[in-house]
Amino acid sequence: MAEPFLIGDRMTGGYGGADILHGCTVAVEKGEIAVIVGPNGAGKSTAMKAVFGMLNIHAGAVRLNGEDITRLSPQARVAKGMAFVPQTHNIFTSMTVEENLEMGAFLRRDDISGTIDEVYRLFPILKEKRRQAAGELSGGQRQQVAVGRALMTRPSVLMLDEPTAGVSPIVMDELFDRIIEVARTGISILMVEQNARQALEIADKGYVLVQGSNAYTDTGRALLDDPEVRRTFLGG
Amino acid sequence: MDFLNALVAFANFVLVPATAYGAQLALGALGVTLIYAVLRFSNFAHGDTMAFGTMVTILVTWALQAAGVSFGPLPTALLALPFGIAGTALMVLGTDRLVYRFYRQQRAKPVILVIVSMGVMFILNGIVRIIIGPGEQNFADGERFIVTAGEFRKMTGLSEGLAIRSTQGLTIVTAVIVVALLFWFLTYTRTGKSMRAFSDNEDLALLSGINPERVVAITWIIVAALATIAGVLYGLDKSFKPFTYFQLLLPIFASAIVGGIGSPLGAIAGGFLIAYSEVMVTYAWKKVLTYTLPDNLAPDGLVQLLSTDYKFAVSFVILVIVLLFRPTGLFRGKSI
Repeated sequence: MAEPFLIGDRMTGGYGGADILHGCTVAVEKGEIAVIVGPNGAGKSTAMKAVFGMLNIHAGAVRLNGEDITRLSPQARVAKGMAFVPQTHNIFTSMTVEENLEMGAFLRRDDISGTIDEVYRLFPILKEKRRQAAGELSGGQRQQVAVGRALMTRPSVLMLDEPTAGVSPIVMDELFDRIIEVARTGISILMVEQNARQALEIADKGYVLVQGSNAYTDTGRALLDDPEVRRTFLGG
Repeated sequence: MDFLNALVAFANFVLVPATAYGAQLALGALGVTLIYAVLRFSNFAHGDTMAFGTMVTILVTWALQAAGVSFGPLPTALLALPFGIAGTALMVLGTDRLVYRFYRQQRAKPVILVIVSMGVMFILNGIVRIIIGPGEQNFADGERFIVTAGEFRKMTGLSEGLAIRSTQGLTIVTAVIVVALLFWFLTYTRTGKSMRAFSDNEDLALLSGINPERVVAITWIIVAALATIAGVLYGLDKSFKPFTYFQLLLPIFASAIVGGIGSPLGAIAGGFLIAYSEVMVTYAWKKVLTYTLPDNLAPDGLVQLLSTDYKFAVSFVILVIVLLFRPTGLFRGKSI
């Protein structure tokens, strides 16, 4: 079987103290959505950060499109086509929406107006508010700015750390719809989610992590139907 | 007529000098606030950076004067200013490379950087005194006045005169140009925006591919320019003395903090607020009051609230009040 487009393969590591990840594997195929779920403290965000190079792993590897990128800095990974939306502090609050998008494209030297238009097509509300300071927007709109900023480098992989944290259920559904739309354009999506049930519904692949290891791995649908997973993680 | 005389006296002794002083403080406070916004520490060496820039400018001015170069009615120091800025930029970039970068890589706490900047301050203090000496230097030449008191009296027929020194006019014009350029740079250029982004959210700026060392270097260069311009304008308007520049640190910090440290707009507002307060509190109001009040109410004393020796107390009091009641300053500081 061909290797997935992006894979964090049997990663072991942590923030310097005790290991948090123990041989954990997460991967995503081209244009698909992979979701990492699991109980609090399972190392979901840590796994994501490990894939993006924000912490050291001392065993295992990260490969993008077959290329080993384990030793690259996060900035170098951005240049390779990866984009990351942190869970918090993911926008420039004092800058306008449009400036946020411009900063997202800082590495690009070509004309970015086409990409800005694409982001506005995806998130029409941002076009309306483009001259407003991003910090003045609502929670859901801020998340849209954050995702839009990450899309400005025209990445091949978009990584989202709990994109729906702290937003209302209606806004959450809308954000998920937009994420599906992004995936349809051929961008792979790897995300960590608290709202496990809704996230698995849109996931092509789901990873249930427990204490830094893979507990269950299957398609999103199969995980939702698995009685064991339902009982232990999805609350019946 | 008395009212007009009072107004002219007020303009002559309070409005004009305080506006020039306010512009100088604002330029100084802008430098402090930019360092705070981007490098995240209070730079105690700023007063001495101003002194260093002014010193280089004075030395070049003397060389130009010796070579027989002059700038007509304007002070020769203006021609020397670009050299002063370049010299100061090299000096601060060197200091950053030798001193601050080490602590940045250690991710040292801001309070450590403040102490480090005090060390830099003492060293600079010494260097300036070794090179140019601790004494007072006057380096203003060219036309002394735009309007003299005598001319003004003849022109208007009032008994009070309004004198505007050319250095005061120069200060205000230069400050307006410099501030406009700085705001244009921060608002519209790619580099300026990356500075604001870095100041706003350092981690996200890194994720966006903004090079922190470049942002830091550009900030130092801008700060060197602001400090040198502020120092030279102050020196032209008054005189240059290393110790005075060290003392300027207090009103400059007061301006930056009152306006909201990290906010460029706040630094300007703070500069003028501190300057007007300082001049108004230490001005002897007898003359103005004699003109405006009826004869039987005319004051006998000087009506001076504080002796000019205590002018620094004014900055201190305003600083304490602001820190007690609105610690983020007038313009909600912290990020540019």
